[in-house]
Amino acid sequence: MEFKTHISVQNLDVFYGTERALKDITVDIPDKKITVIIGPSGCGKTTLLKSFNRLVDSMDEVKVSGKVFLDGENIFDPKVEITHIRKKMGLLSQKPFPLPMSIYDNVAYGPRIHGIRDKKELGRIVEHYLKQSSLWDEVKDRLHAPASRLSLGQQQRLCLARGLAVEPEIILGDEPTSALDPKSSQRIEQRFLELKREYTIVIVTHILRQAMRLADYVVFLYLGELIEHGPAEDILVDPKEEMTKEYIKGIIS
Amino acid sequence: MSRRNIEENVFKGLMVVSTLIILSTLVLILATVTVKGLPALNLAMITQTPKGGYYLGKEGGVLNAIVGSLYLAGGATLLAISISLVVVLYLNVYAKKDSHLAAFTRFSFDVLWGIPSIVYGAFGFTIMIFFGLRTSLLAGIIAVSLLILPIMSRAMDEVIRMVPEELFDASYALGATRLETAFKVIARQALPGILTAVLVAFGRGIGDAASVIFTAGFTDSIPYSLFRPAATLPLAIFFQLGTPIPEVQDRAYASALILTVIILIISVVSRILTKKFTKHIVK
Ligand SMILES: Nc1ncnc2c1ncn2[C@@H]1O[C@H](COP(=O)(O)OP(=O)(O)O)[C@@H](O)[C@H]1O
Ligand SMILES: [Mg+2]
Repeated sequence: MEFKTHISVQNLDVFYGTERALKDITVDIPDKKITVIIGPSGCGKTTLLKSFNRLVDSMDEVKVSGKVFLDGENIFDPKVEITHIRKKMGLLSQKPFPLPMSIYDNVAYGPRIHGIRDKKELGRIVEHYLKQSSLWDEVKDRLHAPASRLSLGQQQRLCLARGLAVEPEIILGDEPTSALDPKSSQRIEQRFLELKREYTIVIVTHILRQAMRLADYVVFLYLGELIEHGPAEDILVDPKEEMTKEYIKGIIS
Repeated sequence: MSRRNIEENVFKGLMVVSTLIILSTLVLILATVTVKGLPALNLAMITQTPKGGYYLGKEGGVLNAIVGSLYLAGGATLLAISISLVVVLYLNVYAKKDSHLAAFTRFSFDVLWGIPSIVYGAFGFTIMIFFGLRTSLLAGIIAVSLLILPIMSRAMDEVIRMVPEELFDASYALGATRLETAFKVIARQALPGILTAVLVAFGRGIGDAASVIFTAGFTDSIPYSLFRPAATLPLAIFFQLGTPIPEVQDRAYASALILTVIILIISVVSRILTKKFTKHIVK
């Protein structure tokens, strides 16, 4: 399988104080594919994901070295506009966090801060992305109800719509189904499989079965190190490294 | 009965007693103020200013103090909100968690909280003398806002600190700036708590006598300018209670009743508002 690179990570190191959470990571994330980051908990999966949209910046005591190229631009370059980088990526966190406002305002939040004021235009955007995240039919009659009243599964789809509404190129998901029931998880997975036609998707998961269902490309981390990466059929079926074999067999987890 | 059961029951008993102490204090205060104040309360009390000889038992009311107190506490609250909100959002959105400045600011609030209100009054007075100002509504507003600032800021800080990290991230991830995140998301999430903080501070401000005695002064007329003295209910109560005339002393209780009712109204309104805003909160 041929891959076109979308995000290129080069010698990325991340320190929390003196703890080295990512060690010299170099990997290319393919364009318009689903890349799944796997590895035992505490190995740096979230840290890697948060490096992509520079959310690591918002934490204290974090030091980053190395480069991450996105569209040919190093996102850690001090000259780069951080809000501009973040606008290119939608983020789904482990537990959905709707903003403290209505369903409509959640989706319209991003477009509004990026300058869209026109009511009709906003209405169109909200409808479009709620449909794209298959939430529209469930909420179209109560768009102005508080988002906090939705079920967890609905909230996660709302967060997806909210992320898509800023027209990103990339969707990042940090164990995006771990707080959801099986039915809701399935719906989110279904969305990902459809969305990869238009978006580059990077998902962290600790569920191996989920990785098998979704992944085109797999990145395996262990204790902050990149052990192995490659097309899903290679890594998940026939890994080269002993460590990866053991993880996939369920010996280390 | 086993030992653990006894412990359980003893503790339950203590809880009941403590609750009763709190409730009976509240009821007793309300009862005293109502029983002694209600007979003296009439329309004139709340619609008229003191006429000549009011403090000797002639007619008039305490409208000057009601309006003065509302202006003063309202003004001080607005002033304190604008400072508190900025400081607290700065502490929680901009400052690093281990920042010395943030730690020192929080420590200062704790110290300022403990300073008795008479000291704020004296401090305000010293400043007024330094600038050659006379007692005025403005000076009172400034002294009271200094008094309630640490209370309000500390309370706001507590609620904003409870806002989960992920909510900040959710907003940042959409490309929002810190400022947008602070005002559109964090302040909104913390709104019920912020409202409570504001109302606690307002209650403290409207009820305080010591900070306004030298700064706002006292006058029998309704304040019409920031630069004129203003009467306040706590001082009105103080002066009326200090006269040897029983009817005037009763009016002190009536004034206390008015002050209590104002605070009750504010509390009820705040409860309703808090409820209304809580529905958006994500947990
Ligand atoms: N905010 C933080 N401050 C300090 N250490 C952290 C922080 N976040 C993560 N770490 C540490 O970095 C390592 C990687 O964490 P993380 O990226 O969250 O792993 P994963 O998502 O794979 O479970 C862990 O050892 C964790 O303790
Ligand atoms: Mg994680």
